[in-house]
Amino acid sequence: MSGHSTYVPKSAVGKWFESRLPIMGLIHSSFVVFPNPRNLNYLWTFGGILAFMLVSQILTGVVLAMHYTPHVDFAFSSVEKIMRDVNYGWLLRYLHANGASMFFIAVYVHIFRGLYYGSYKAPREILWILGVIIFLLMMATAFMGYVLPWGQMSFWGATVITNLFSAFPIVGESIVTWLWGGYSVANPTLNRFFSLHYLMPFMIAGVVVLHIWALHVPGSNNPAGVEKQTAKDTLPFHPYFTVKDAFALVCFIIMFSWFVFYTPNYLGHADNYIPANPAVTPAHIVPEWYFLPFYAILRAVPDKLGGVLLMFGAIAVLVFLPWLDTSKVKSAKYRPLFRQFFWVFAIVCVLLGWVGAKPAEGGYILLARVLTAYYFAHFLIILPLLGLFETPRKVPASIAEAVLGKGGSANAMAAGAHAEPNTKG
Amino acid sequence: MATTAAEPTRRDFLYLATGAVGAIGVAAVLWPFISQMNPDADTIAQGAPVDFDLTPVAEGQIVKLFWRGKLIFVRNRTPAEVKAAEDVNLASLIDPQADSARVKKGHANWLVVYGNCTHLGCVPLGNEGPYNGWVCPCHGSVFDTSGRVRVGPAPTNLPVPPYEFVSDTKIKIG
Repeated sequence: MSGHSTYVPKSAVGKWFESRLPIMGLIHSSFVVFPNPRNLNYLWTFGGILAFMLVSQILTGVVLAMHYTPHVDFAFSSVEKIMRDVNYGWLLRYLHANGASMFFIAVYVHIFRGLYYGSYKAPREILWILGVIIFLLMMATAFMGYVLPWGQMSFWGATVITNLFSAFPIVGESIVTWLWGGYSVANPTLNRFFSLHYLMPFMIAGVVVLHIWALHVPGSNNPAGVEKQTAKDTLPFHPYFTVKDAFALVCFIIMFSWFVFYTPNYLGHADNYIPANPAVTPAHIVPEWYFLPFYAILRAVPDKLGGVLLMFGAIAVLVFLPWLDTSKVKSAKYRPLFRQFFWVFAIVCVLLGWVGAKPAEGGYILLARVLTAYYFAHFLIILPLLGLFETPRKVPASIAEAVLGKGGSANAMAAGAHAEPNTKG
Repeated sequence: MATTAAEPTRRDFLYLATGAVGAIGVAAVLWPFISQMNPDADTIAQGAPVDFDLTPVAEGQIVKLFWRGKLIFVRNRTPAEVKAAEDVNLASLIDPQADSARVKKGHANWLVVYGNCTHLGCVPLGNEGPYNGWVCPCHGSVFDTSGRVRVGPAPTNLPVPPYEFVSDTKIKIG
């Protein structure tokens, strides 16, 4: 969509450079004049927030790696050294540890926004699938990062998660030995997890570039769920969305800072301040909060292989979502039934997270099974059928009409972009 | 080119042959990158057999030790525990195995099993649960006094490591 650069370098040096590497033009067309739907709400600021979190995690991670020792005898004490001896080490570590949680808060908002407004539908299927890949990479990165401090939760989390692969028949045990580099989680495991934990954020960054590339082909979806057609439907990225993104980011950073400075261990587990002990498992082991819904699905199934397959399936099903949802209408705003089912699904996900933190016994197991069944039913039964039986509300003809109403659209737009802030109030 | 040769041409052959050689080369280079993650020589060397003296283990006691980095339980079972393990209807078990197949002949009181739950590897707690064997704190698997799984999600019994009695009071694991 009018993505071609209108950038004209002013200086002679700029012209000389641009004719050799047209990167300023690329940035200009992608992040300055790029036409965004004018009706984007604050849920669309989480892409920018996520980009910020990725950079923040990489920066804090790189400096933490300057002080951390990936060896079973020194890992735990090197983390304590960071906390006590390294200048501002406490701050950098708390930024990194809480940053992981903030990253997942933002990514869950981002994913659920996509689910609500149908952002996965044509022509954005590849964009969506790239997002699922980023999510998987994030989970792998977060898991390996959590192992590095080599506390009790680190060690047993690593044991439980790597043992998931032993569920596969015949090759399972060999895969686990290969992952461990030994016969149990030990020094080779920690060493390679550190290497991969350092690598994977850069893989995420690579897929993010593809994600943004795929985004900039059709442009952003929007609350109305209709594609931008004319210049009336859009506003330039800068200053309208740079300012909106920046404001949302500052609010997000305030929340981030609250965790870092006031309750830095709230999202962690006290058990991880006990050095790893391969002879004793903590009485109650749970993963970090952002894995809890998937952990609940794992435990809901009495069969080992079945539980593992269902847990991976819970993420894999997202890949097929663009084709499972048979409705042509994107936004839940115009889908009265889907909107209700969306909220039921959202509550089910939260409950799965809650039950994942509870011990696997009695009523909790039963509840986990019901919730797991509903999770899959939402994707495999409800969404395909809804598209066939639901009568959607009337979808506006254009974004401009959705924002400004039918009558006023032409006139209001005649005043140009400057009228926009007033018309919204 | 005025003439067209019939398929397959020499060029097609060269194209396929070059591709095949390239693919084999890539696979050959890939293998060291995969293989390096398997246990190294040092780790394997630590799998040498270890001796363990049974005399300090009192009746009813469970002792933990490590072999190849893996946790092993050595349990000196009481006569009641042995009897409970033997008097089981094998058909009722998840992973049917007679107690006699899990201990050494003449040493029925000594149970030696790996100490990681066969579900996801947590360490089960000893002398607990309805069968007074082990209970896994992570996902609730229950084991009896023979280390056999009685309640899932663990799919199999706690495996018995390779070991033998060197004398009546000493075992060699490995």
